[in-house]
Amino acid sequence: MSKESNIDIYRRRFLSGSAATAAGLAVAPGVLLTEVAQAKPADAVVTSDVRWGMLIDTNKCNNGCDDCVTACNEEHNLEGFGRPSTDAQWIRKVTLKDKQTGYVQTLPVLCQHCEHPPCVDVCPTGASFKRADGIVLVDKHICIGCRYCMMACPYKARSFIHESLQDQMPYSPRGKGTVESCTFCVHRVDAGMTPACVEACTAENHNAMTFGDMNDPDSELSLQLKQHNSRQIRADLGLNTGVHYRGI
Amino acid sequence: MIKYSLIILIFGLLPGVYTPAMAADASAEENASGPFIPKAQRRYSATQDCVEPTDEMRSNHMKYILDQRDATVHEGVRTRQYSLVECINCHVSDAADAPRVDSEKHFCNSCHTYTGVSIDCFQCHADRPVKSRFLSLTGSDSHPARQPQELANEGAGNE
Amino acid sequence: MKQLVFKEIDGGKPFYMLLGFFGLFVLTALGAAWYMEHNGHWVTGMNNQVVWGTPHVFAVFLIVAASGALNVASISSVFNKTAYKPLARLSGLLAITLLVGGLAVLVLDLGRPDRLIVAMTYYNFKSIFAWNIMLYTGFIAVVGVYLWMMMEHKMNRFTKIAGFSAFIWRLILTTGTGSIFGFLVARQAYDTAILAPMFIIMSFSFGLAIFLLVLMGIYKWSDRPLGDNILLRLKNLLGIFIAAVLYFVLTYHLTNLYITESHGIEQFILMDGGVYTQVFWILQIGVGSLLPLALLYSPATGNSRTWIGIASLLVIIGGLAQIYVIIIGGQAYPLEIFPGKEVASSFADGIVGSYSPSLPEVVLGIGGVALALAATFVGVRVLRFLPTSLADEVIDPHYSAEAEATA
Repeated sequence: MSKESNIDIYRRRFLSGSAATAAGLAVAPGVLLTEVAQAKPADAVVTSDVRWGMLIDTNKCNNGCDDCVTACNEEHNLEGFGRPSTDAQWIRKVTLKDKQTGYVQTLPVLCQHCEHPPCVDVCPTGASFKRADGIVLVDKHICIGCRYCMMACPYKARSFIHESLQDQMPYSPRGKGTVESCTFCVHRVDAGMTPACVEACTAENHNAMTFGDMNDPDSELSLQLKQHNSRQIRADLGLNTGVHYRGI
Repeated sequence: MIKYSLIILIFGLLPGVYTPAMAADASAEENASGPFIPKAQRRYSATQDCVEPTDEMRSNHMKYILDQRDATVHEGVRTRQYSLVECINCHVSDAADAPRVDSEKHFCNSCHTYTGVSIDCFQCHADRPVKSRFLSLTGSDSHPARQPQELANEGAGNE
Repeated sequence: MKQLVFKEIDGGKPFYMLLGFFGLFVLTALGAAWYMEHNGHWVTGMNNQVVWGTPHVFAVFLIVAASGALNVASISSVFNKTAYKPLARLSGLLAITLLVGGLAVLVLDLGRPDRLIVAMTYYNFKSIFAWNIMLYTGFIAVVGVYLWMMMEHKMNRFTKIAGFSAFIWRLILTTGTGSIFGFLVARQAYDTAILAPMFIIMSFSFGLAIFLLVLMGIYKWSDRPLGDNILLRLKNLLGIFIAAVLYFVLTYHLTNLYITESHGIEQFILMDGGVYTQVFWILQIGVGSLLPLALLYSPATGNSRTWIGIASLLVIIGGLAQIYVIIIGGQAYPLEIFPGKEVASSFADGIVGSYSPSLPEVVLGIGGVALALAATFVGVRVLRFLPTSLADEVIDPHYSAEAEATA
């Protein structure tokens, strides 16, 4: 395909995507889609020009709200089997109570998409890898299910699939015997959308989660990070996570 | 000694005699002695049935799938042509009573059961098209959206 | 020194019955592995909090012991102690068979054991696990060559260099095994350089204990004489190694007790950890270290074969317990994601991970042990690993000074 027709296709796709978006808005009232970036062309290889990141404002995160968790479970069809110790969880709400002061807060914890991920370092086959744009993924084609990455992750972000699965989502393949974790909804990101958790949080007007390109100084995320103090969990480990938190 | 050699020789040659005869039958879509291969639901485009000619796909579809999976997972390449999701979208019906991957009548399994080559794709991958919010929002059954002329052709041709 | 004769053990009905006995355990282990793989790991005790369980305890134990079993051969080839030379072949064989047993358990517990070829063709060289895969398979080859040099008369002149290579290889291998845990920053119980040398000294202790038991067992089984001299040398060595392991355990815990940040994990292992505390004090320290030391060095029991055998068995139990505490206890203790906070979530944050060994896991682990023993027995039946006699007059160069002088 020539480069020109590629752009034409891209334009048409963008337009039809917008049309479908409008249709989607009619179908699903109250859903707001935040376009964070233009969708990259389908045949384009991801580069490190972009580094995806997230900011979670725990001050806006309510006790008892788990919209992000529900959205993630629906998006990827993370069906539970009623076995909490072995059921997969890609994002979870964590309640913190300060041992000294008694202050209580909640926040979501998910894969932090580190710049120096321990899970990537320890994977014997290289199945656990970091994409050029910073998203840490598991290549389930070469994952042998050794679970070493689960031992290595300081955030307990990874889950092992303990049983046979059916009815997976086409854009989110997952299967028995492999390890998985939050993908930053890479299928959405490549389509120019935000992860399902961020979309749900925004749609319900909590606005606690912001997603964007940290390498773009004009992105909403970069502006927020620059304006307000934020920190990474276990920053002492020097992993330079992509997920930042305000208010902890 | 010679008697045993002859017996082994005859039984050893039998599969060689047997297989070409069966292969000749297998070229027909619906034949009592070959696999039952379900017809595709859609065409790839106005000019093409499938992403490559049928013979080419029969011989080399695994190579395309293998190359594409690395490109998609590691590099984010999501072209439609060799996408597994798109294979499923065309070749597998999403009717509620359509055969799932554990049946011999599932498109992939029809040949794979017949040839005895086990595949584990569907331990992870969806074995039939799924409607979901994401897919409807991106305007197609997968990313990227299909071109308008392809969408128009959809009704026109099951081959 | 009388000329040493190496000969295979006898076969016949008793041999095949013993092989069948081991084979039964191996078969049930294969069944357990199929059950776990077919149904998925939810049928085991392992979960998203404690991801490595009993199979890994057995596998790591066998792998560590394998490298330690080579010690006796190294002492003879590298450190030139001629008294150990007759034992070198068995030592090499045991090293290989224990490693094979451990690896079998490890591979069969994988989520995707059908992807073993992937594990052997795709390598991430930053992963110590990937290096270990190469170290383990290479170890089998290196020890194989070492055995060849020892057993082929024409190649005997290369024994020393082969032995030295094997010795260095196993030090790297065991360092790698310890580093599997030592390299992990995430867990309070790991993330320390001491785990690598600690695993080395553990290998000395466990490997020798197994070697002693197997030696005594095979010689009794095949009615071959086993002199006190060699047995007592090995016993003394074992005592030293047990004490050395105790030293490393002491250093590890004392250091953590000094570091305030590590008080949580120390309190967990040493006091509050429930089953892990019990396993640590009673099985690892008591049964596995102090009791064998007492048995081996006490004049009442130190010279008795039965008690030496019992002490070796206790060391093995203590070794399994030690690895249980390291691997499972280390995982059960919650991650310190938010220091200074009490943490609660739907994903078992902030609480001790629950784990109890399930039957398929235990069966798989025992199957690995059975595989190692079966392979050892087949080895000594088929090839000349064992001297016909290890009586004192045969092996000890200092047995009779006058006899030597007049010879």
